[in-house]
This record gives sequence, C-alpha cells and structure tokens, in this order.
Amino acid sequence: MKELRFLSLTGMLGYGYPLESLRRGLARGVSFIGVDAGSTDPGPYYLGSGQGFVKPRQVRRDLEHALLAARGQRIPLIVGSAGGSGARPHVDAFLEILGEIARERALHFRLAVIRADVPKDVVIRALNEGRTAPCGPLPELTEEAVRSCTHLVGQMGTDPFLRALHAGADVVVAGRACDTAIFAALAIRGGFDPGLALHLAKIAECGALCARPEGANDGLLGTLRGDHFLVEPASAQRACTPDSVAAHSLYEQPDPGCFHEPEGKVDLTGCRFDAVDERTVMVTGSRLVPNGRRTVKLEGAALRGYRAVTIAGIRDPLAIAHLPEIEEGVRQAVAGNLRGVIEASAYSLRFLRYGLDGVMGPAEPPALHPPREVGLVVDVVAPTQDLAETILSLARATALHQSFPGRKSTAGNLAFPFSPSDLSAGAVYEFAVYHLLEGEDPAVLFPVEIREV
Amino acid sequence: MRLYDLARVLRSKNAGPFALTLDLMFETEEDFDRVLNANVLEPATIGRLYRVAPADVLIRPFRRIRTIKITLPRAGASSGAPDDRDVYGSQQHFPLADLEV
Repeated sequence: MKELRFLSLTGMLGYGYPLESLRRGLARGVSFIGVDAGSTDPGPYYLGSGQGFVKPRQVRRDLEHALLAARGQRIPLIVGSAGGSGARPHVDAFLEILGEIARERALHFRLAVIRADVPKDVVIRALNEGRTAPCGPLPELTEEAVRSCTHLVGQMGTDPFLRALHAGADVVVAGRACDTAIFAALAIRGGFDPGLALHLAKIAECGALCARPEGANDGLLGTLRGDHFLVEPASAQRACTPDSVAAHSLYEQPDPGCFHEPEGKVDLTGCRFDAVDERTVMVTGSRLVPNGRRTVKLEGAALRGYRAVTIAGIRDPLAIAHLPEIEEGVRQAVAGNLRGVIEASAYSLRFLRYGLDGVMGPAEPPALHPPREVGLVVDVVAPTQDLAETILSLARATALHQSFPGRKSTAGNLAFPFSPSDLSAGAVYEFAVYHLLEGEDPAVLFPVEIREV
Repeated sequence: MRLYDLARVLRSKNAGPFALTLDLMFETEEDFDRVLNANVLEPATIGRLYRVAPADVLIRPFRRIRTIKITLPRAGASSGAPDDRDVYGSQQHFPLADLEV
C-alpha cells in the first residue's frame, strides 16, 4: 500500500518535546520531520519589532536534536515560519542558530532558505488594481496602512516548499508559511489526495495537541494513504481518540466545517473519525475544493507608540467606590499639566481595574458586590518612550493623592508593590495589514535560495 | 441553569488577530440539544453581549462532538493593539457563560 509517514516534531519549535518522542517517531520510519516555528497569537509586537517570542536557547535545544536526527536518517527537516513571525530578521536569527549547530556538530547539508517578505510596492500595486481584500472583520487595505508596516510578510503555501525539495534541500528554512504547507507539500507532490493531505497537515502542525492528554509540546505521527490518513501521538503516554481528533478542527478556527488555505477550501463536513486502535485514529472524507484564484495572506505590523505601566493595589472601599472620579481627576490633571507639550488625543491613558472589570471593560455587567480589593494597572502609550514615562509619572502621582467625596485614606489611595513603581514596556505595535493578496506568482513572492552548509 | 455550569468546556480564543471564537462543548447530546433548543444562542443576543453587529456573529453547531461554535469580530482593538485587553482572547467567554438555559 502506498503511504507517506512523517513526524511533526512539536506544536511550536522552542516549546520543547520529549526526546523519547523523537526517538519513537523515527523508529517508525518517517519520510521527513516537519515543525512549525511561528504564530500571530502572541500579538503584533514580534512581527513589528523583528524579535522572536521564544528565546534562542529554546530554539537551539529543539532544533539541535531534530537536525541531528534528520541528518542521521538522511530525511528532510522542514521548518516553517522560522524565528516566529517569519520576516527577514526572524529568519536571519534562526539561520544563525542553525549555522552554529552545524559548525559545532560538523554537519554538512543542502539548505534551502525561502524568504516571505513582500515588497510594499507589490502590495500597493495590487491594492490599486483591486487585488486585495480584508481577511476577516477589518477595514479595506489602504496605501497608508501598507506604508506604516515595519515588516510585511506573506504566508506561503506548498509551492515554494516543493521548489526547495525539488532542488534537493536537506533542510528547508521558510519564512512566514501556512502551517499546512510544511506538512502537505511532499504529500501533494507524491500524488496523495490534497484534501486529506491538507487536513492531516492542519492537525499535525499543532503537534500532539489533538491527543489526550493534550500535548502542544510533543510530537505527532501522520500517515497518509490513498483514501484516508492516520494520526497517532509519538509519545506512548498519549492517545488520539476519534473525539479528540474531531475536536481539533475547532481550534482557533472560525468554522468547524471547513478551513481555507492558498490551495482552496478544505471541506470537513463529510469527514469520519474512526479508532484503529487505542492510540490511533483514521480520518476519511476530507475534500479540497480548489480556489479559482490563488491568494496569499499578508501580515503587517505598524509601530503605534511606546508604553509605560504601573501596577497598584487598592484596598480602601471608598477609594474602590470612587474609582471613576479618581480616574477623571487624573485625566484632567495630566492633560492640564501637559498643555502645550502634547494633546490628550495624542496619547492613550488607561485604567485597567482587575477585580472589577479589567478583562471585559465596558462589556462587563455591573458587579453585585464590590470587591475586597482592586488591582489597578495604569497604562500609557505615547509617541515617545520619554513622553510615555512622563505621562505615567504624572498620572501615578495624581492617582495616589487624588481626593474624592468622603475620603478617609487621605495619605494615599494606592499600594505600589515596587520601587521604582513605573515600568517601561517599550514599543507597541498593531496589525495594520491582515489581508488577502490575489494574482501574484508565488515563485516571485517566495524566492528559494540554495546554500551548501 | 447557567451555560457555564452546563457545559463541559467553555472557552474563547483568537481566530486570527481580528476575530474571537467561543466553543461550548457538552458532555451529552441531551445537554447539547437543550442549549440548541433553548434559543438563547442567537446572533442578536451574542451581538448585544459582545457589542458587535448581529450580522457579524457566526453560530455553528457541530453535533459530532456535541459542540457549538460562535465566531465574532473583536469589538475593540485587534490582538495586542494599544487598546487591547486580552492578547490571546482566552478570557472572553464571559458574559456568554452567564446566560441561563
């Protein structure tokens, strides 16, 4: 029977995995090791700033064992969304770690590097030609939004991976990529059903998250055959069940009946999930409905200012009851003090009131009983770090001493746990581009560069 | 009975930086049907609770695993933007969870 088996190393490169799982996975005979190294989940800071959201030491640990294993078995190692957000600085930081391991371990291999940075003028031309659309509930793209991005990437599909593997790459390091492309490329090239290949890839990219107990930091074995695929956790401590695998199609997805990839819509409404044994699930019926047009999802983050915060506790019940007046007094004092320096509309000053409505804000229904204490976070975002710190300093001092009717705690309203009380949190970014781009050649957008290491 | 008490899993998470997805998973088909038939999970109700337009609320029952999925736009800021309060969107299952069935 024709089949293709692979190991998904872990849900996220850097989150760790048991070495025993890697060993067990390889012992089953796999055609490649794949791993997803990125996400937009931790927010726009990482794409915007060029930083990774896992530390180099974590990446090095996870990568080193996988690289040695892949070279030992002479099978490809495929990494998508290298460095976290998959823009140039992220990929470069990843390549540095890879190079370090290769030198220290005297490894030699053919490396494919696939960049995912999309030039702004390419996007602006597409925008002017009506070839962009919002990907979700956000406004239409504008030239200003494109220009505001510090980094702008596109999520590559399977094509660039196929070109890299066709060129004989032993290790593929891709910038921002669809999670599915990492695992589906070889399967689609091998002539397997693309609907099954993409569905399996969608499950595999989260590692053993679809198993019980859940293991985003553990490996998963995927086996693709003619009319079905099998999933099985690499660790003997976990099991996949029909319910656990079916439930994975809910995860971070808007619709359990389908998901969208550059190759088209994968329809899951006809899927069956059956137990093969106590740890392995067979899936049938996933179907690819190809798109008439190929699209690429763009992600771009723009700098929105600099943050400073302070954290304080409030225990006095009258101070808690008069928080709205305290907040209003602080706003007025800060705006008055800085008249001529900065307009109140040019910075953001927030009171996040944990214990009252810190999580939900205005959507929180009124509390039935006042809380015993409130954790107050005063949050300032301003055009420069210096301004943010100045505004926070004024706001903190005013809030400490702000008067209100019937006040008993006349020596101070806030308990600060730290000295200094104010923390500088640095640059703040926002996703300014999250749009689909149509009608660009993936071979041009995602160039493959071959290097001999 | 509160939805929070009836559901086995009640969770929220980002579905991309601009949308939230809420999953209500039930232990039994009976609980699942009880909630579906109670007509509390309507776009108008969800829209009011989360301050979004009812037309933007997507409600998808998934009988195979006794789950109802609700997807809606983030009402305020996108994930991690200056005005956001929940980068991963993982604590947005209230006020939904307080609904009575």
